[in-house]
Amino acid sequence: MESKDRLFNLMAEAVVTGNKEEAETLAKRALSEKFDPNEVIEKGYIPGIQKAGILWEKGEYFLPELISSAECMKAVMAVLKPALEASQAERFFRGKVVIGTIEGDIHDIGKNLVASMLSANGFDVVDLGADVNLERFIDKAREMDADLICLSALLTTTMLNQRRLIEMLKERGLRQQFKVLVGGAPVTKRWASDIGADGYGENAFEAVRLAKEIGPKRGLA
Amino acid sequence: MIRTTRPKVELLSRSFIEKIVDEALLLLERHGVFVENAEARSLFKEAGMPVDETNLRVLINRKLIEDSLALTPLTVKLYDRAGRKEFVVGHDNVHFDPGSAAVKILDHSTQQERKPETADLVRLARLTDSCEHIHFQSTALVSSDVPEIIADSYRLYLGLQFSSKPVVTGTFRTEGFRPMFEMLAAVRGGDEELRRKPLAIFDACPSPPLKWSNLTTQSLIDCARAGIPSELISMGLTGATSPVTIAGTLVQHVAENLAGLVICQLAQHGAPVIFGGSPASFDMRKGTTPMGAIETMMIDMAYAQIGKYLKLPTHAYMGLSDAKIDDAQAGLESGMGATLAALAGINVISGAGMLNFESTQSLEKLLVDNEICGMAYRLIEGIAQREDPLALRLFEGFKPETQFMTMPHTRKWYRLEHTFPRLADRDTYDAWVSQGRKSMDDRAHDRVEQILDETPPNLADEALRKELERIMRRDAKNNGFDRLPDIL
Repeated sequence: MESKDRLFNLMAEAVVTGNKEEAETLAKRALSEKFDPNEVIEKGYIPGIQKAGILWEKGEYFLPELISSAECMKAVMAVLKPALEASQAERFFRGKVVIGTIEGDIHDIGKNLVASMLSANGFDVVDLGADVNLERFIDKAREMDADLICLSALLTTTMLNQRRLIEMLKERGLRQQFKVLVGGAPVTKRWASDIGADGYGENAFEAVRLAKEIGPKRGLA
Repeated sequence: MIRTTRPKVELLSRSFIEKIVDEALLLLERHGVFVENAEARSLFKEAGMPVDETNLRVLINRKLIEDSLALTPLTVKLYDRAGRKEFVVGHDNVHFDPGSAAVKILDHSTQQERKPETADLVRLARLTDSCEHIHFQSTALVSSDVPEIIADSYRLYLGLQFSSKPVVTGTFRTEGFRPMFEMLAAVRGGDEELRRKPLAIFDACPSPPLKWSNLTTQSLIDCARAGIPSELISMGLTGATSPVTIAGTLVQHVAENLAGLVICQLAQHGAPVIFGGSPASFDMRKGTTPMGAIETMMIDMAYAQIGKYLKLPTHAYMGLSDAKIDDAQAGLESGMGATLAALAGINVISGAGMLNFESTQSLEKLLVDNEICGMAYRLIEGIAQREDPLALRLFEGFKPETQFMTMPHTRKWYRLEHTFPRLADRDTYDAWVSQGRKSMDDRAHDRVEQILDETPPNLADEALRKELERIMRRDAKNNGFDRLPDIL
């Protein structure tokens, strides 16, 4: 029992320090020792990303540290995903997310951060990248039966495509199937409500909070 | 008489420059650049460069870069609307222009940002025309009352009508070049006349790291063939889209710009090119791109120094601020930037009027920045020997009641040695109070209103305006729009 706790501490430590290789190695070890993947995530890794989040909010961590921690979580989730799916994946994932920077826009720093933070917080995230065609958002969301579509835009010109996507969902009778979150430098709360989005995150943490609030349509165990 | 020294600041040693350029060349040779534009890729193929058509990657060897550099003119000349006044862009000449393509304007009355409209673009062009220290105009605002598809040509359409200054601009779509080129040619009265006397610079930004998108590459090719100078605006963000160290970012910056320069020369030997940029010291706490950071200015000054070493005209986004209103931060960042840029001898310095990470323009700030630019010009003029001896003669027969103020010497030199700002407060305290205790921003606003009320627009002549309107209307119509906003 003591060695299990020690392993959990090491996992948290690996995430806090952004040591991706170590985090992956520990995850593989946990699998080989037949630990419950849900417990491993909740007791080992989640405390790590939570601590990184606290350090960020205290202003001790900057983006390189924070994103490295989030990337650790992403890597760990990839290692544990098969085992999670074999056990109770539907129960574990907080929701399925399709995210991307909207058509005409190549800026993706903010979007990358949101994607990393969502994965780090237990969402199953598919990142379509930058300059993503509107049809692709919809196709992918349908294909994976997503809960959330997250749209980023840095330019006021491309921001208009956020409205367009929501209109497309309405036209096709799909609006009720997905929640739509918008973000990006020019985006405001006002804009989000004007275009009928389900929410707006001013930063990555806000986006995660919002996504957790909305949750998966099937309900979270 | 002793020759006046032009004050100059250089950040890099010769050997450091050589190392940076050498790594940039190795980077292009080994890793290459991504070129989305098919025509550019075939130009590279014709020049014998390895082109990977699957990944759109092009490797560029040292020889082609050196040949292209040898083909690029040392200076670029621009002419005003009338084709009379000449501006040499090159050597250590300094020309300021407003920071371009802001999508918002700071409204003085509300102190809030809002979307700019036609009337704002006209006001900004008119004010720029009135600023004696700002040599070029730029298409500084994006008008929200026309469809976005024609927003690029519409900015130029207004600028050419309301200011006679040469213009720094650029396309937002590949189809935007044609109408914009036609407008410029209309001002000159023909394509060849425009080639002989360029009126505009077109900005083209690679996408960091090491990618030239279809749109920007097409702009390079179109401009090269029309004889329009292209300004290469590499814009790495340290630690986000380029290496985190300043020297590492310089390697990428030089590589991206040189790849663009080669494209220009492959499209047309001797094409005019300006070695520019808009990089930033990425803020790792906020995830923002501060243009007012001292490290951003250091990157700018350093790549400009490298541009000079490569014998190219240079450009930078300096003299702008990340403040959201015209406050102390706006003044300090813009003041430092414009001063350092002038001391670095950067040829085109874009930034006047700009706030909020290149996204907002302020009419009031534009006028304040005009004064900053005036101070920078005075600084680089240096200290001159006006007379010989310098002062001894003034002290001949000097008595307690002798006054410097009434000496002919004083009267002869004071307006040349000293400048007199209009907006900076040099009043006594009581005078300042009696004039309403106004901040510089408020004084600038009064001046904005005064210029717009009292100075008639420097309008293009009627026939030219009709022709520009015809081109603009056709462009709008081709994109499915019949109406344009009223201008006057």
